[in-house]
Amino acid sequence: MEFLSYFGGVFEPISFLLLLGGTIGGLILGATPGLSPTMAVALLIPFTFHLQPAQGLILLGAAYTSTVAGGAVSAILLKIPGAPANIATSLDGNAMAKKGEGARALHLSFLASGVGGVIGVLLLIFLTPVLAQWALAFSYSHLFWMAILGVTVIGSLDSKSFVKGLLSGCIGLWLSMIGFDDNLGAQRFIFTDALAGGIHIIPALIGLFAIPQVMEMFAKGRANAAIEALEVPKQSFMDSLRELTRNIRALSIGTVFGSIIGIIPGVGGQIAGLVAYDQARKFSPEKEKFGTGHPEGIIAAESANNAMVGPSLVPLLTLSIPGSPTAAVLLGGLIIHGIFPGSDLFDNHPQVAWTFINSMLIGQILMVIFGIYTATWAARIARAPVPIMAAAVMVLALFGSYSVQQSMGDVYIMLSLGVGMFFLEKFGFSAAPLVLGLILGPIAESNFTTGSLIAQAQDGPLLYFMTGPLNMFLIFLVIASVAYSFWSNMVLGKKSVPAEAQS
Amino acid sequence: MTASRLQHIISSGIVLLVATIVTWISFTQEPADAFLFPRLIAIFFIALAVWNFIRAISGLAKVGEGLDMKSFTNIVPGLLVMGVYVFFAAKTLGFYLASTIAFLLIFTIYDPARLDDVKAWVKRAIVTFVFMSVIYGLFALLLKVQTPRGIWF
Repeated sequence: MEFLSYFGGVFEPISFLLLLGGTIGGLILGATPGLSPTMAVALLIPFTFHLQPAQGLILLGAAYTSTVAGGAVSAILLKIPGAPANIATSLDGNAMAKKGEGARALHLSFLASGVGGVIGVLLLIFLTPVLAQWALAFSYSHLFWMAILGVTVIGSLDSKSFVKGLLSGCIGLWLSMIGFDDNLGAQRFIFTDALAGGIHIIPALIGLFAIPQVMEMFAKGRANAAIEALEVPKQSFMDSLRELTRNIRALSIGTVFGSIIGIIPGVGGQIAGLVAYDQARKFSPEKEKFGTGHPEGIIAAESANNAMVGPSLVPLLTLSIPGSPTAAVLLGGLIIHGIFPGSDLFDNHPQVAWTFINSMLIGQILMVIFGIYTATWAARIARAPVPIMAAAVMVLALFGSYSVQQSMGDVYIMLSLGVGMFFLEKFGFSAAPLVLGLILGPIAESNFTTGSLIAQAQDGPLLYFMTGPLNMFLIFLVIASVAYSFWSNMVLGKKSVPAEAQS
Repeated sequence: MTASRLQHIISSGIVLLVATIVTWISFTQEPADAFLFPRLIAIFFIALAVWNFIRAISGLAKVGEGLDMKSFTNIVPGLLVMGVYVFFAAKTLGFYLASTIAFLLIFTIYDPARLDDVKAWVKRAIVTFVFMSVIYGLFALLLKVQTPRGIWF
């Protein structure tokens, strides 16, 4: 119950203001089509640079939580999911909005998000210290394998093609090696002066997540402003609350599946929402109503995608393996403050760790309050013109990446990586494993180098890195994640052929 | 050969080229100890890149929708503005002036409103002014970030 003693930190004036700002801002960003939670968190990281570590993490955590929930607004009112996690929400949410029940759908979505989110954060509170203690047993070889596992898990599970996912991870690992070698000071892969200092994580995050979205908005051209949002009539909060309690089955299914899926590294909210939606339909006596504006569909999907948020941070805070792409960006946010996940986090920085986690708990409640309050004018938020969003993100990306080290080199790197990532994404590569490679590369390399030095004094690197139960287990997980992805690619590939032939 | 397949071959070829350069540098540069980890990664990088290229040539690399000509044509003006803004104007004109011009240009290029619509120009000017004021308040006044002033601001 150590976490209880750190609740005070959340209510310090600046921290609480940041929590409020992150929650409201996150809801607005989440409700805006085209702005993903990952991009929102990446754009916020430069601001945290000027804050205390705990305050910075409060802002990022609040934004992460509320952008996922805010994505339901555009999913319901426009049938454009604000984030991949809200795809399942749009199935029944938009149908309800078309029937004039937009406010009811929004209330249910925020309430279900709140319940799922609180339970998810409670899991984070109780599971994280246990796993962090387990991480104490890790030596350099284990930490090396953990970093590699982080890249392969995200690379193989988060990508449509496991070859391209793993290739993205390799590109990220290579990018992390650019600059001067830490041990010998040798130059590595410095092709231009802008790369002499290596690739800083923040400009890279901004470029990789924000610029491709700006270019996606460009790709739509001029004929994109006629987005029709449905009007939101008023709805009693108590009626919505009563309706939620009548749908405990869907709420439980969503929360349980969201929590389980969240803790699996690399899977993310999109899968959580869709799996929970599918399971809620299977267990429902009114299966045929799903897809026609059934409240159970919204409740299951939204409780799942927010229940996923807390558990997705468990492997991140204990083992440096993010549970979702947004969690990968949060890892970058931790590292720039000199805080490394694992037992170190809870032993040396308990105030930072617990204040951050507690703020996520409070943030869930604020998210419900402000989400419901904003529901009546949510339609206006969701109709933000695309050209303004594109121009605003572009300018923010420039200022954000420059402000970190006041270096134009960072700005050039940001744009180059972003444009490159846009084209890579068009051909099936993904940003999440690339970012993981970039973040975990230095961790993998430093443990590999130190481990190699120790190994030379013992039985040699091969025995040091490849033997021992924990090494074997981690190697097994690396191979299993790749093999599973290979198998599922093959099976899905074969299944898709007849479907394509039929169409 | 379809345009999509050709695009996949070109993109896989570029990744293979990068992997080859990385591998070549990793195994030829000195001191060797500094390139121990890069060599380890390069082996997997080149192996995966070759595999991906072979899949693209044999028509198996179908993941990713590619880029159609219409989308590409839509992107070009925005990309040009962004390139000139970041690589030239921001430092030469000053961050705030360059950002104001770039914001207004992007808004105008992608705004469906007609170019001779006076109301649309007033709206664009107001939105640009308000947005740039917020950016100035955040970065110059609150975070005190010293940005290149260029020839003006």
